[in-house]
Amino acid sequence: MKWIGVALIAGSFLLPPFFAGDFYINLASQILIAAIFALSLNLLVGFGGMTSLGHASYLGVAAYISALLTSRYGFGHGTAAIISIAGTTAMAACFGVIALRATGLGFLMITLALSQVLWGLAYRMSNVTNGDNGIAGLTRPMPFGISLDSAVSFYWFALVVAIFAFLMMAVFVSSAFGSSLRGVRDQPRRMAALGFNPWMIRWITFTYAGFWGGVSGLLYVYYHKYIHPTSLSTTSSAEALLGVIAGGSGTLGGPVVGAALVLLLKNYASAYIERWNMLLGAVFLFIVLVMPTGIVPAISKLSNVLRRGSR
Amino acid sequence: MTPQTSDHALQVIDLKKSFGGLVVTQNVSMAIRPGERRLIIGPNGAGKTTLFNQISGDMRPNSGRIKLFGTDVTQLAPYKRAHFGLSRTYQIITLFSGDTLEHNITLGLLGLRPSRWQMWRPLSFYGDLATEARRTLDTVGLLHLAEHPVSDIAYGEKRRVELAMALAQKPRLLLLDEPLAGLSNTERAQVKAQIASIPRETAVIMIEHDMDTALDLAETVTLLNYGRVIVDGDRDSVIADERTHEVYLGA
Repeated sequence: MKWIGVALIAGSFLLPPFFAGDFYINLASQILIAAIFALSLNLLVGFGGMTSLGHASYLGVAAYISALLTSRYGFGHGTAAIISIAGTTAMAACFGVIALRATGLGFLMITLALSQVLWGLAYRMSNVTNGDNGIAGLTRPMPFGISLDSAVSFYWFALVVAIFAFLMMAVFVSSAFGSSLRGVRDQPRRMAALGFNPWMIRWITFTYAGFWGGVSGLLYVYYHKYIHPTSLSTTSSAEALLGVIAGGSGTLGGPVVGAALVLLLKNYASAYIERWNMLLGAVFLFIVLVMPTGIVPAISKLSNVLRRGSR
Repeated sequence: MTPQTSDHALQVIDLKKSFGGLVVTQNVSMAIRPGERRLIIGPNGAGKTTLFNQISGDMRPNSGRIKLFGTDVTQLAPYKRAHFGLSRTYQIITLFSGDTLEHNITLGLLGLRPSRWQMWRPLSFYGDLATEARRTLDTVGLLHLAEHPVSDIAYGEKRRVELAMALAQKPRLLLLDEPLAGLSNTERAQVKAQIASIPRETAVIMIEHDMDTALDLAETVTLLNYGRVIVDGDRDSVIADERTHEVYLGA
């Protein structure tokens, strides 16, 4: 049963380039990017118990740094990528110091406020960011001289990065440190009494999540070849959070499924219904009511029940 | 550090704590020798658990000092105190309920080891931690439940996991907050035997209302009332003291 699931998932990621049209391949690339973003947010929300409404900061800032460095200051993609990721991670480290003064609702509000500051800057500092016009005419990198301009080649590139990101985050949460993180989520007071430093554990995780948020931002700007302040908006953060919760926070598969769901709804439903947000809301409501822990935990629970029933 | 101070596992010096107008700890001073068995008694609201919370660092006192093995830890965060050899249990069960018993104890072991910062190697690869966790579970008679999640086991068993988690850390000073509360007579006897078998290098301070059992375990007794130390001394003299009867036993 488990292997059927694994085969299905592997198939759905490996097969599209061979038969699907460019529209679907591009959609799949977007899903991969959103999945990395949702996975990084899930480190905070699901494994750390830190619900953030400002995770788009890392996606947006990484994208803006790369866009500015390559288009305006003549940097190569390699250098720009390194500076962009390093800068985003450093920013996450600073934001973590501020946001982790609080937990729960306070933490949520601080992350929201910080991301709103960045969104405002992106909008208003138009001499740097080009404001509401965004930065257009960007290029994709050419790793090892391979052009990523076709839909298929970009998809493979995004897939390699996404698999690497997934594995790195899977290793992180199953490590000894990952166990401490879950412990701090469940019983912070007990963890401190046992000798763990809850603040440091949260801060390291916050910074690490910012790093992967930055990676997804780089892919985002490579894919769109364009960047606009909406990438930094609360809507962008909230969509990812919806994906994490709908898919199943605290699981590794959940954010991937949730991110796919949000993107598919966005792309398909918007063709038929103008107010696709309403549909997203209805779907989300359905998931929360029927599967409060999310799609992936609900499916694994169901498959357990079926297996027991068939015996 | 004078030799006098390092003779003590714990020194509480003139500790004061109030919540607004409510004074919960008033000029409390006490000293515990290494390996001592101390029982803290007092009516509800006497400030027993508040005192524990200040010793473990969960609460900061308004004034006064706390020394662990001669080091002033008053300003130190709880996790740092754990590394001085302090462990505690909670009156209200504070376990990781979705995780197995073995995982719970493993966290206790991990907390004092540098490998808690390991971000690469899966926790399941630490065979030595698992072995030790199982050995600790065996000493409290719960080895057969090692693979069960805490949420599946009975209340009395949870209390023993609380104890096992603290014992796994091999503390030099152990604070037990009502370890017998809510247990059946059989479980009471089991936990009593486990507390009695704690190695002598560990000092134990225990809050407990079950006097029949607790007095057997204690060498010294402190009676608190309204956040104040009323009587303090070796077991028999505190029990014989008429103030003890007035405040606590006679009630």
